[in-house]
Amino acid sequence: MHIVVIGNGITGITCALNIRKLDPGSEITVVSSESEHFFSRTALMYIYMGHMKYEHTKPYEDWFWKKNRITLIHSHVNFIGAEFKVVNLENGRMLHYSKLVIASGSVPNRFGWPGQDLQGVQGLYSLQNLNEMEINTRGIREAVVVGGGLIGIEMAEMLTSRNIKVHLLVREKNYWSNILPEEEARLINRHICEHHINLLLETELKEIISDEFGKVKSIITSHENSIDCQFVGLAVGVKPNIDLLNNSGIESNRGILVNEYLETNIPQVYAAGDCAEFKYPELNDPPVEQLWYTGKMQAEALAKTICGQKTAYRRGTWFNSAKFLDIEYQTYGRMTASLDENQGTFYWENRGGKKSFRVTFNKQDRSLVGFNLLGLRFRQALAEEWIINKKPVDQCIIELAKGWFDPEFSKLFTKDIQNKFLSDTNLKLAV
Amino acid sequence: MSDQISLSIAEPGKSHPLQKTGTTLIAMAILSVFIALFGPGKQHPFIFFWLIICLTISGTVIYSLPLFKGPAGIKNNGIMHQKLTNRGAVAWGIAILITGFYILLYWFPYLLEGLIRVMDPLSLLLKGKEANQWFMYGFFYTLAILVMGFRFIVKYRHVRYQVIRTISVMFFQLGFAFLIPAFLEKLNEPEFYFSYFWPLKYTYLFPSDVGNLISSGNIGFFMIFWGAVMTFIATPILTYKYGKRWYCSWVCGCGGLAETAGDPYRHLSDKSLRAWKIERWMVYPILTFITLTTVLLWLNSWKGGAILGGISGTFAGWYGFFIGSIFSGVIGTGFYPIMGARVWCRFGCPMAALLGIIQRFKSKFRITTNGAQCISCGNCSTYCEMGIDVRAYAQKGQNVIRASCVGCGICASVCPRGVLKLENLAEEGRFEKYKRPEDVKG
Ligand SMILES: Cc1cc2nc3c(=O)[nH]c(=O)nc-3n(C[C@H](O)[C@H](O)[C@H](O)COP(=O)(O)OP(=O)(O)OC[C@H]3O[C@@H](n4cnc5c(N)ncnc54)[C@H](O)[C@@H]3O)c2cc1C
Ligand code: SF4
Ligand code: SF4
Repeated sequence: MHIVVIGNGITGITCALNIRKLDPGSEITVVSSESEHFFSRTALMYIYMGHMKYEHTKPYEDWFWKKNRITLIHSHVNFIGAEFKVVNLENGRMLHYSKLVIASGSVPNRFGWPGQDLQGVQGLYSLQNLNEMEINTRGIREAVVVGGGLIGIEMAEMLTSRNIKVHLLVREKNYWSNILPEEEARLINRHICEHHINLLLETELKEIISDEFGKVKSIITSHENSIDCQFVGLAVGVKPNIDLLNNSGIESNRGILVNEYLETNIPQVYAAGDCAEFKYPELNDPPVEQLWYTGKMQAEALAKTICGQKTAYRRGTWFNSAKFLDIEYQTYGRMTASLDENQGTFYWENRGGKKSFRVTFNKQDRSLVGFNLLGLRFRQALAEEWIINKKPVDQCIIELAKGWFDPEFSKLFTKDIQNKFLSDTNLKLAV
Repeated sequence: MSDQISLSIAEPGKSHPLQKTGTTLIAMAILSVFIALFGPGKQHPFIFFWLIICLTISGTVIYSLPLFKGPAGIKNNGIMHQKLTNRGAVAWGIAILITGFYILLYWFPYLLEGLIRVMDPLSLLLKGKEANQWFMYGFFYTLAILVMGFRFIVKYRHVRYQVIRTISVMFFQLGFAFLIPAFLEKLNEPEFYFSYFWPLKYTYLFPSDVGNLISSGNIGFFMIFWGAVMTFIATPILTYKYGKRWYCSWVCGCGGLAETAGDPYRHLSDKSLRAWKIERWMVYPILTFITLTTVLLWLNSWKGGAILGGISGTFAGWYGFFIGSIFSGVIGTGFYPIMGARVWCRFGCPMAALLGIIQRFKSKFRITTNGAQCISCGNCSTYCEMGIDVRAYAQKGQNVIRASCVGCGICASVCPRGVLKLENLAEEGRFEKYKRPEDVKG
C-alpha cells in the first residue's frame, strides 16, 4: 500500500506517523512545498523575535524520517488525477497512490482592499511570509496590523519586540470579542495598551496608500484617519488552501468537503486539518477547524481509518489556549462570547487586573459548561472530566484547587475566587 | 534546500543602549582585573578591590535594566540574534578569557599574583590570613552568582518558583561555600564545605580526608558525620521526595553558577539524540569510577596498603586532574558561551549521575504535561540547559521524567501555553500518558 500525503504540517505529519505505527509495512510519502522538514507553524513568531531559530522549531531531527521510512519530497503538487490515482508534482514527477491524504492547510485571507498588493503589505502564515516580514520590516519605524484575532496580536508582539511602533486595527468593540466575553476582552485591551501598542477599536482598514516606489506609505481607516506606516500586516483570518483541487473532481465548498471519517467524495482520497470542511458538522461545531489541536486529532482518527480501523472524528470536549503578549489563555468547554439564555456565569479578576477566571454553567441543573482562564493554568484532564460528568458548578468551585496548574509557590487564588463566588451567587458552599 | 530560507535571516539583534553601557562597565571591570594582574593590584589592593566590585555590580545592574522595562514576562527577544548569546565573536572572546583564567588558576597561579593580592584585605578580615588563589577564585565565583542571580530574579520576577530557587542558590553559595569555610579557617578548623558531598566532593569520603578530619577533634567528627548522613541518608530521601532539583538547582554551587551566570547561554545545550547517548556514556562511567576508587582506597587503608598499593591513590590523583580540574573548570565553565552552562552537570558530575538514577527510578518528581495543550513550538526544548528534548514528551501528552533533569523549571516558564508543571505527586502513575476521554471510551 502506498500512502501519499500532501502537506507536511501537523496534520499531514501526524497522519503519516500514526499510519507508520499502525501499519509498519506500508509505504508512506509526504509531499510538501513550503519546507523540506516538518516545523511548527505556531512558533513562527518566536523565530522573528529571536527566541528560537528555524531549526529549533522542527519537532524531529532530520534523520528521524528515514529511520521511520517516511519518504519526504520537497515539491509542489500541481494536479491530482483521482481517476488514475496519481498526483503530478511541479518537478515533473508523477506519484501513484493507493490512498491519498490532502492536508494542504490554509492561506491568509485578503479582502480586496485598495493597495493590498503594495510592497510592505502581507499576511503571516508560511515560512516564506516570515522571510518577507523580515525584509519588509528591516529598519522601519511604524507598522499597522489589521485584525483583532490570534495572529494579529502575534504580529503586533513581533513588531513591538523590534521596537517598531504598532497600530492594531480591530473591527470589533474589543479585542477578539467574537470569542472572548467582554471582561476578558477588556483585560486584554488594557494589556495591549500596556505594551504601548496603539489599539484602535471599532476601526477597519479602508485603503492602503503607496509612495512613489510602490511601497506602503500610510493607510486610511474606516474613520477616514490616516496613519503613517512602512508595513501593513494583514491578519484577518485564513481560508482553506484548495488550489490543488482544480478539475480533480474532489468536492469542495470553502474547504475540501469531508464526512465524519474525513473521506472526500472520491474513494481512497481523504482530507484533514485546516483545509477540510465537514459536510455535516455536529451541532455547534464549526465546519472548518483551523487549529493545531484539531489538525492533530483529525489526523489521529484518519490514520486509524486508513489502516482499517474505521474511526469517526469527534471534536470532543472543546479546549484551546493562546498567549496574548505576556498573558496566557486557556479555555475548556464551549465558552462563548455571549451567554445562552439558560446559562449563568461567574467572573473573577485579580486586583492587578492581569489574571481572570470564569466559569459558566447551566442554570437549570447548575452543571458545568466550562472555564476561561487568563494568566492562570488549569489541568485539562480534570476540566474535561468535570465537563463530561456535568459536575455541579458549586462543587467545582469547592474543588478548584485540585485542578490548579500554576507553578509551585505561585499564589493560589482559589480562596479569593471561592469568596467572590459566594458573595456573587449568595450561596453557601457545602464544604 | 528551503530549510535554509529562514536561516538566511540577517542579524537584526541590536542591543539596547543600556545593555551597551552595562557591557562597557563589565568590560572595564575585566580591564581592571588585567591591570591589577600586572602589578598595581599589589600596591593598591583596596582601590582595585572596590573598583572591580563596583564596576561589576553596576555593570550587571545596568545591563539588566532593560529586563525591567515593560510588564514582566518571558524576555528572550533577540537571544538568537545577538553575538553575545549566539556564539558570536563576543561569545568566543569570553570563552577564551574564562578558559585562560582557569588554566592560570590551576597550573600557573603565580601569574595571578597581582589579582590575588587584591583580595588580601578581605581575606584577612574573613580568614585572618592572606589570600591565596582559591580564595580569589571563590570570591569571583560568589560575586558572579550574586550579581547574575540578581539579573535572573529580575528577568523571571513573575515566576515565584524561579525567584525563591535563585535566592536559595545565592544563599548557599555566599554562606555555605564562601563565608563559612572562611570562618572555619579563621577559627583554625579544617576548611569544610557543608553544601558539597560525596561523590561530587569525592575526597570527603576518602580515608585520607576522613583521617584528617578525625584528627581535628569534635568538629571534625561532626563534619564526617554530616558528610556521611548527607550522602547516604538525606540525598536519597530528598531526591525521592523532590527530585534531584533540591540539590542541583537549589543548593549546589556549580549548578548555582550555571543557573545565574549561565542563564544567557542555556539554549546552547545540544538537544540531539546523539548528545544524549554521549551523556550516558560519560556520566555513569564517571560515577562508577569514583565509587570504585573510593571503595578501593578504603580496602587499601584497611589492609594497610596491601591491595593495589599506591595505585588507587594514583587513580584518585588522575581523577582530580581530568575530572576535577579540566572538566568541571576549564570546559565546564570556560565553554559556557559556546556549549551552554550545564556541560559539567550533564556530562561529568557524578553527583548528578547518582541523583539522576534515583530521580528516574524512585521519586515522586515529574514534570507534568497538561493534556493535549502542547503546540510543539519548541521553546521548552530550546531553553532546557540539560539538552532534554522536553517537547518530544509534551507533544505526546507524556510527563517528562528524565535522569538528567535538574528541575530548573525554565521549560515550564518559557512555555507559551502553560503546558508544563514541575511537581511532586504520588509515585504511582507518573509515567502515565494523557488520553482524551473520547479516545478512552473508544
Ligand atoms: C502564526 C500562526 C500561529 C498559530 N498559532 C496557533 C496556536 O497557537 N494554536 C493553534 O491551535 N493553532 C495555531 N495556528 C494554526 C495552526 O498552525 C494551523 O491550524 C495548523 O498549522 C494547520 O496544520 P495543517 O497541517 O492542517 O496545515 P499546514 O500547517 O498549513 O500544512 C500544510 C502544508 O502543505 C503544503 N501544501 C499546500 N498545498 C500544497 C501542494 N499543492 N503541494 C505541496 N504542498 C502543499 C503547505 O505548503 C504547508 O506546508 C497558528 C497559525 C499561524 C499561521
Ligand atoms: S527539563 Fe525543564 S526543569 Fe528539567 S532541566 Fe530541562 S528545562 Fe530544567
Ligand atoms: S514550550 Fe510548551 S507548547 Fe511549546 S513545545 Fe514545549 S510544552 Fe509544547
